[in-house]
Amino acid sequence: MPEVTETQLPGVGVRHEFTTAKGDRLSVLVFRTGRREVAVYDREDPDAAAMVLHLDEDDARTLTDLLGGNPVTEAVAGMQQIEGVVLDWIPVSAGSSLAGSSIGDGQIRTRTGASVVAIVRTDTTIPAPDPTEVLLPGDTVVAVGTPEGLRAMRQLLSG
Amino acid sequence: MSVLASGGAEVAEAFVEIGTIVLVLSVLARLATWLRITAIPLFLIGGLVVGEGQLVPLDVSGEYIALTGEIGVLLLLLTLGLEYSAEELQTGLRTGAGTGLIDALANFTPGFAIGLLLGWEVTAALLLGGVSWVSSSGVAAKVLSDLSRLGNRETPSILNLLVIEDLAMAAYLPIVAALVAGTDATTTVKNVTIALVVVVLILALALRYGRHLSSALAGATDESLLLGVFGVTLLVGGLAQRMQVSAAIGAFLVGIALAGPVQQRASALLGPLRDLFAAVFFFYFAFAIDPADLMRFLLPALALAVLTVPGKLLVGWVGARRIGVAVPGRIRAGTALIARGEFSIVIAALGATLADGPDLAALAAGYVLLTVVIGPMAARVDARRLAARLSPRPQPAPT
Repeated sequence: MPEVTETQLPGVGVRHEFTTAKGDRLSVLVFRTGRREVAVYDREDPDAAAMVLHLDEDDARTLTDLLGGNPVTEAVAGMQQIEGVVLDWIPVSAGSSLAGSSIGDGQIRTRTGASVVAIVRTDTTIPAPDPTEVLLPGDTVVAVGTPEGLRAMRQLLSG
Repeated sequence: MSVLASGGAEVAEAFVEIGTIVLVLSVLARLATWLRITAIPLFLIGGLVVGEGQLVPLDVSGEYIALTGEIGVLLLLLTLGLEYSAEELQTGLRTGAGTGLIDALANFTPGFAIGLLLGWEVTAALLLGGVSWVSSSGVAAKVLSDLSRLGNRETPSILNLLVIEDLAMAAYLPIVAALVAGTDATTTVKNVTIALVVVVLILALALRYGRHLSSALAGATDESLLLGVFGVTLLVGGLAQRMQVSAAIGAFLVGIALAGPVQQRASALLGPLRDLFAAVFFFYFAFAIDPADLMRFLLPALALAVLTVPGKLLVGWVGARRIGVAVPGRIRAGTALIARGEFSIVIAALGATLADGPDLAALAAGYVLLTVVIGPMAARVDARRLAARLSPRPQPAPT
């Protein structure tokens, strides 16, 4: 994966920038309002955006879907803003004691303090899963909590 | 109540006058959209024209309009304070202080000097320095988004400079406000000291505990948040005014103190209210200017523009070079900063009570009108071709 550099734009939002495999500079500007701008930089004047695509939130979601991104990424990205709260993606290994049990039965929230906000299973995503949802080996759990809580959950799920 | 009791012929008169003005402002705003410029210069021209021709003699509504304009200043500064979060201000201060200093030297000095050359009192000259110092963040934002330059690499340096200027205003405005209010040397020194202490105190509290104010307001409905922020702004503004720290600064600090989601909601909610009141403020500011004064100060305004346009080009150049941007980007950064606007008018309005106040207002209006036209036009210049002409070989960005 190319290295993505992040630049804060005061009063506007955040710009993420990277170079594609073919050598084009590309940036995605995420506005505070949720609007997005995708810019491709000029090869001769690398500081200037040669082409800019203005996307509202719906457009951005459509484009993400078409590019094969995961809708959860975006839905939970906003949470990373909250102080002290961290978001993490944790794979469920076959050896975990929780593989095969439901979220509720595993008492994940009670034992770790962190919450499961989504389960990513091969191509599908289960957002906001019920406590009865069963975790399968190979699933990836999207969890939110304190750094300690997420460490505890990682330990539980790796078995 | 007079409105309900139909008794007020005076109220009827005031409604007609205010209604006419606001309608004129609406047409001007529409015209600005059509011309693809910000509305401020048109509001100023509108005020000048109406004031001269006495098309709408503000016999009855003068007081209301004046108060509306005052509230406009508070809301204007509140939203200027709301523009940046505390973290952005802190980062800006860490990374951009050097460029900010060059900015102050290159753009404050010409205004101050011209004020002195015109034989004005020192306070009025200090205010003119402020007028020529601060770029219009409104025009810069409009230029950047109109020309699709927000994604450009030089853009962070432009925005960082605007942040620094915002912070610099937090120190500058209370000092000049205290100077304006002071009658003799002793009270002036006392006022300035009080003002600075109050501002530093509020700023420190805002940066450290601002989130408590924000979280106290966070649960509010839109209605309650709107009223709450508006109320806090007027209250803090009034208290600041009582302590000889201009009300505008109080409002500005409230804006800086609000953070996080509340900050964004508040700017969205107060935006329309700001637009209404601030439009009246710009109009009323120009309304009070004698067009003859404007013509009289056209030459000094032009001189000031000639001196300070290069000042901003220099600052843009230095700031963009610092983050490794090549020559065309440095030129673009400078041109985006040329226009002066809302802050400059507010600063000039602070001097309304001075003996040289009317002259200051006339010069400032002329100067803002000039730069607000020159800036966006300069921003459309092909920076790449200009850069190629400046140096025969393409210059790589330093790393």
